[in-house]
Amino acid sequence: MSSNSFAYNEQSGGGEATELGQEATSTISPSGAFGLFSSDMKKNEDLKQMLESNKDSAKLDAMKRIVGMIAKGKNASELFPAVVKNVASKNIEIKKLVYVYLVRYAEEQQDLALLSISTFQRALKVNGRDPNQLIRASALRVLSSIRVPIIVPIMMLAIKEASADLSPYVRKNAAHAIQKLYSLDPEQKEMLIEIIEKLLKDKSTLVAGSVVMAFEEVCPDRIDLIHKNYRKLCNLLVDVEEWGQVVIIHMLTRYARTQFVSPWKEGDGLEDNEKDFYDSDEEQKEKADKRKRPYTMDPDHRLLIRNTKPLLQSRNAAVVMAVAQLYWHIAPKSEAGIISKSLVRLLRSNREVQYIVLQNIATMSIQRKGMFEPYLKSFYVRSTDPTMIKILKLEILTNLANEANISTLLREFQTYVKSQDKQFAAATIQTIGRCATSITEVSDTCLNGLVCLLSNRDEIVVAESVVVIKKLLQMQPIQHGEIIKHMAKLLDSITVPVARASILWLIGENCERVPKIAPDVLRKTAKSFTSEDDLVKLQILNLGAKLYLTNSKQTKLLTQYILNLGKYDQNYDIRDRTRFIRQLIVPNEKSGALSKYAKKIFLAQKPAPLLESPFKDRDHFQLGTLSHTLNTKATGYLELSNWPEVAPDPSVRNVEVIELAKEWTPAGKAKKENPDEKFYSESEEEEDSSESSSDSESASGSESGEDEEEDHSGDSGEDSGESGSESEAGKGRAAKHAKARGKGDSKDVDKEKENSKSSESSSGESSSIEESSSDSESESESESESESRTITKAKEKKTKQDRNPLTKDVSLLDLDDFNPVSSPVVLPTPALSPSLIADLEGLNLSATSSVISVSTPVFVPGKTHVLLHRMSGKGLAAHYFFPRQPCIFGDKMVSVQITLNNTTDQKIENIHVGGKKLPMGMQMHVFNPIESLEPAGSITVSVGIDFCDSTQTASFQLCTKDDCFSVNIQPPVGELLLPVAMSEKDFKKEQGMLSGMNETSTTIIAAPQNFASSVILQKVVNVANVGVVPSGQDNVHRFAAKTVHSGSLMLVTVELKEGSTAQLIINTEKTVIGSVLLRELKPVLSQG
Amino acid sequence: MIHSLFLINCSGDIFLEKHWKSVVSQSVCDYFFEAQEKAADVENVPPVISTPHHYLISIYRDKLFFVSVIQTEVPPLFVIEFLHRVADTFQDYFGECSEAAIKDNVVIVYELLEEMLDNGFPLATESNILKELIKPPTILRSVVNSITGSSNVGDTLPTGQLSNIPWRRAGVKYTNNEAYFDVVEEIDAIIDKSGSTVFAEIQGVIDACIKLSGMPDLSLSFMNPRLLDDVSFHPCIRFKRWESERVLSFIPPDGNFRLISYRVSSQNLVAIPVYVKHSISFKENSSCGRFDITIGPKQNMGKTIEAITVTVHMPKVVLNMNLTPTQGSYTFDPVTKVLTWDVGKITPQKLPSLKGLVNLQSGAPKPEENPSLNIQFKIQQLAISGLKVNRLDMYGEKYKPFKGVKYVTKAGKFQVRT
Repeated sequence: MSSNSFAYNEQSGGGEATELGQEATSTISPSGAFGLFSSDMKKNEDLKQMLESNKDSAKLDAMKRIVGMIAKGKNASELFPAVVKNVASKNIEIKKLVYVYLVRYAEEQQDLALLSISTFQRALKVNGRDPNQLIRASALRVLSSIRVPIIVPIMMLAIKEASADLSPYVRKNAAHAIQKLYSLDPEQKEMLIEIIEKLLKDKSTLVAGSVVMAFEEVCPDRIDLIHKNYRKLCNLLVDVEEWGQVVIIHMLTRYARTQFVSPWKEGDGLEDNEKDFYDSDEEQKEKADKRKRPYTMDPDHRLLIRNTKPLLQSRNAAVVMAVAQLYWHIAPKSEAGIISKSLVRLLRSNREVQYIVLQNIATMSIQRKGMFEPYLKSFYVRSTDPTMIKILKLEILTNLANEANISTLLREFQTYVKSQDKQFAAATIQTIGRCATSITEVSDTCLNGLVCLLSNRDEIVVAESVVVIKKLLQMQPIQHGEIIKHMAKLLDSITVPVARASILWLIGENCERVPKIAPDVLRKTAKSFTSEDDLVKLQILNLGAKLYLTNSKQTKLLTQYILNLGKYDQNYDIRDRTRFIRQLIVPNEKSGALSKYAKKIFLAQKPAPLLESPFKDRDHFQLGTLSHTLNTKATGYLELSNWPEVAPDPSVRNVEVIELAKEWTPAGKAKKENPDEKFYSESEEEEDSSESSSDSESASGSESGEDEEEDHSGDSGEDSGESGSESEAGKGRAAKHAKARGKGDSKDVDKEKENSKSSESSSGESSSIEESSSDSESESESESESESRTITKAKEKKTKQDRNPLTKDVSLLDLDDFNPVSSPVVLPTPALSPSLIADLEGLNLSATSSVISVSTPVFVPGKTHVLLHRMSGKGLAAHYFFPRQPCIFGDKMVSVQITLNNTTDQKIENIHVGGKKLPMGMQMHVFNPIESLEPAGSITVSVGIDFCDSTQTASFQLCTKDDCFSVNIQPPVGELLLPVAMSEKDFKKEQGMLSGMNETSTTIIAAPQNFASSVILQKVVNVANVGVVPSGQDNVHRFAAKTVHSGSLMLVTVELKEGSTAQLIINTEKTVIGSVLLRELKPVLSQG
Repeated sequence: MIHSLFLINCSGDIFLEKHWKSVVSQSVCDYFFEAQEKAADVENVPPVISTPHHYLISIYRDKLFFVSVIQTEVPPLFVIEFLHRVADTFQDYFGECSEAAIKDNVVIVYELLEEMLDNGFPLATESNILKELIKPPTILRSVVNSITGSSNVGDTLPTGQLSNIPWRRAGVKYTNNEAYFDVVEEIDAIIDKSGSTVFAEIQGVIDACIKLSGMPDLSLSFMNPRLLDDVSFHPCIRFKRWESERVLSFIPPDGNFRLISYRVSSQNLVAIPVYVKHSISFKENSSCGRFDITIGPKQNMGKTIEAITVTVHMPKVVLNMNLTPTQGSYTFDPVTKVLTWDVGKITPQKLPSLKGLVNLQSGAPKPEENPSLNIQFKIQQLAISGLKVNRLDMYGEKYKPFKGVKYVTKAGKFQVRT
């Protein structure tokens, strides 16, 4: 490596020298411009001075001027040293402009550019990591944009680090950097693929698009990397930003073509080109066929098709086109029809979009006419359309023409032929010709129409008509003597060479049918031979030859005259042709055997030209691609493979069970795994909706929420004094920070990489998993929408049972146990037996080594609280209960389920939440108004309340159409928590850090039978939503949770002592909540 | 993906270049100029041009060409859509997307381009996010900046960038909370010589201007949502809610944006609000012709039709026109041969007409086709399809917003063949 870089250095040095030389020469040569140049020189001098000044404003001014120069394409490279000095400027705008400059000129001034590298490194280094994610991201961006081969290893390191960053925004930038590094040094491919593999697993919608882009650029053939992420990508797709959607859809199209069997029935391809009256039949047949043949679509294939459908409604034309091509290439033919509507919609857009979309429609309409036929009129041409659009529309109209609509179309074409845009008029004539050949019923009409056009005043129109008529006549062996005569007359007036040539050719070909006219035409053209266009001359020669062979008596002399003229022509083509014809037709002693066959050669039956669309074969390019538009293979075009005969193993897409266990929470995951997809396909759609709704419903969408949360947990871990020192990027702070986060940052970077898979709780590991868990949390959030659906619940249960047969009876038992109180509240998660859960958790923890991650609630008490009594609510009763689910409306919210009952005998209408009286900082996400509630009906709705980690009451008004009732929800302290799964080791570590004033404890006295572990477990989880920490000791029970709002850890320890006492210890930095919880737990535990 | 961008004005000067990967020489634009020359008309420059080493994808907006350089396969619409987004952003920032505006704000333009694209892949294109990163220029701010030395560049990551609602920025605050919706419908039609409709359809958009504090969650419902045949949405709209309930439910971006665009189902007959009587004739072998058009109201639902303009592209042989309008004023540009008649309002008592003589180039053959008439008009307080907003509800915030809906019908591509 080092020798390499040396060599490079030398090279670049040399390059620079020559460059300087060039500059020097250019200075000297234009003496006239000297004055001007010197002023320029001065200007730069003065820029340099400004850059060296102490004032930021002067520097900024200078930088702005320099950027202006770059924008205009002027050379500002000589300022490099002066500019680079400012790379560490505190002023963010100067910094940004320096970045702009650096990226532009670093490639030319590699040595100097190296000076700046350390600045970016500093921002990216783990130890001194800049706390601002924007700065980290932009440092990575600039570092990776500096195309200096020497820094490849540094870039590699930076990318690796950034790909494990907590901020998805930084990870997104890392994905971009992968491509940059790859283009700089393709040798790094293997390592980069590893990073891509890692990033592909990322669940952030922000990252998905960028990493797939990197995948497409670096290793598009490594389709195996996609398997595991396929379902996730399909499910995330709706929420990915629009540009990412385009890239992902294109990639998935390719993927689908390699992994699934064709949904098109066999022989479909052949039928494609047939007339469209088959279409309706075809569809029916297809249905019938489906019943007959055992083709069933892979559920994953279906998933992709279903999840892309909503994107047809995107405002972004590129997304719509991407979905359209996906449907075209992988959906069953009967379903592809839905794309036409959306594509036609795009035609309202600007001309560039129209151009591309029309091209694609043109290709589609050749194969499947039926799709666009209902939109025929949308392709009618307006006189204001640009010519290229007009011609494309015409193309589509031609493709769509059939017996039923041809008369309307021909009427429309008549208008077009008269258009002032002659190029378009000519194209229309060709179109008419094509219609005439494809639809035999109208060919006579078309021909007559074209003949009428022969008397048109415009020459281009006439010429085009002649050419088209020639082709038509050639195709129809029927006699058209009249038309030929008419055309022969035209020869006097028409001057366009192609048309003249066409007429001559026609006459020559049919010379025996017009025996009187042909020789006369030859006579006339012989006279004008010298002044004709080359094209026409050749046809005159041909005509002469043909006549010589059929009617030599009349034309022998004329032909020889023409041959003599041709012999001395200036154009060698014509001289050649003359010589050739003479040898063939004029008998002399030297003429060989060929002349005997002259007649056969010249008057052979010629195959009729085929008039077909220029878009005929474009389908072999994937639609919507650049290659399709250009009709040639563009660099980097990835072929769409044919469907495999037999589908490759579909199980590769299954997400492994081990992985499942690792991410304990997501019920969605488990669901997806279920092979019996069809059964709940509906519910999955539901899930989509809830996913998208939950995303947009709360300001702190899962992404930001998660991030903040991370920050919080980090910051809050620090002592208050330390947080002030955050701005000093000192190592001491970093170390403390690391300690607070429970990270082993002190480790060497490299070592960390090596160890990343080791069982030790290394920093990278713990943080990444923490993240993934909170991601999965958000995924499971989406589930909770369907909470009120028993089916879902049952399903979940089923899947869990599937996973572990042990669960079965236990869970059933449990269900009986806590039969919900009167109201039909449906519990979202199956209540597993606590001990079992502990077992399971123990299991998976041992598998995954360490970690703190949110887990499912161990137990959900069925206890409901009265929100509104039916007496005070005029017949409207409301109960609430805490489902202990992560809230779908926001990460910091506690989800509360409210069940409304109508106990009156009338409908209660418009139930909604009215005014809210919330203490400072508290937030509440209300349910959507309920239009009406039938008598004796009940309905369950979810709301989210951010209690800010306090037990303050949330008061609000529950309103119906006529009344308003004030109601309150006061949360038990135990519901302000979310269970956390962690190992005993982690627990102890965390506990160690939360000692002193963060610890509260009390002693409990109770009967020994109350200290049975199952009893304690039951009691604790009943009071508080905590997770069980597997314990090595029998006498110590540990529980862990975090607060919903701030994510602070809440560690509960019950230590059994001698006799009938026990020590209850709670460690948390939220001391108030801690003590309240202690107070609540104490009586519960001491009770018999 | 996108390698470089060149901005070219009408006279063919490259006045801005930006490279996201290594530098591509300006000379690549020569291929573009070549194609432009061949096309004769700016409208006809092909959007995709292939050159030996690169591909050029260009758009034409506001008298400017945005030419992007591509090196490898990429969906062309991806680039086109992005370039339009760039132009929209300039429009948004500087009030106009013109050469002068771009040159005046070259630094901001550069900062924007830097943020919008990373290594050729779009990074931040939502105007709400960009505005947090780079503040739009105002006179006040530039004065303040020059005194205090503060900058236009934000130094924290916009919250929107990380959230699932990237279109909205956090901490929006207004003293007057308002939400306005404009339902704008356009009639696209082709009317043939005899006055019968060849083709007509209604395309509509709902543009919103939302100035609401905090994180409002809006839902907009229609009286007759079935009218909407095909709809495209702003990303903020919850698709499933629309699918199931036909309600537009969304957390809006801050400021102006297009909420949906739609097409009214083609089964409905489209009411054509105006008719045109025309007689245009050119005499054979003489240097003049007659021109006579009259406009009258047809199914106008009792509303006044305003702002009528008639534009006619006359044939090339027309030298000049001597016309008298009964109402409004007309202009004829002898160079482009475009006749524009600014009519104004229609009063049914006295229908506006434009009559007179056409001077033709002597000796030239008479034009065989009469020019078609392009008509523009506007009808206030009417959505021609009959679409009506039922109600707008807001959740998530406590204040009472001021709400307003306005309906306008306009002519879209409305053409009368003569």
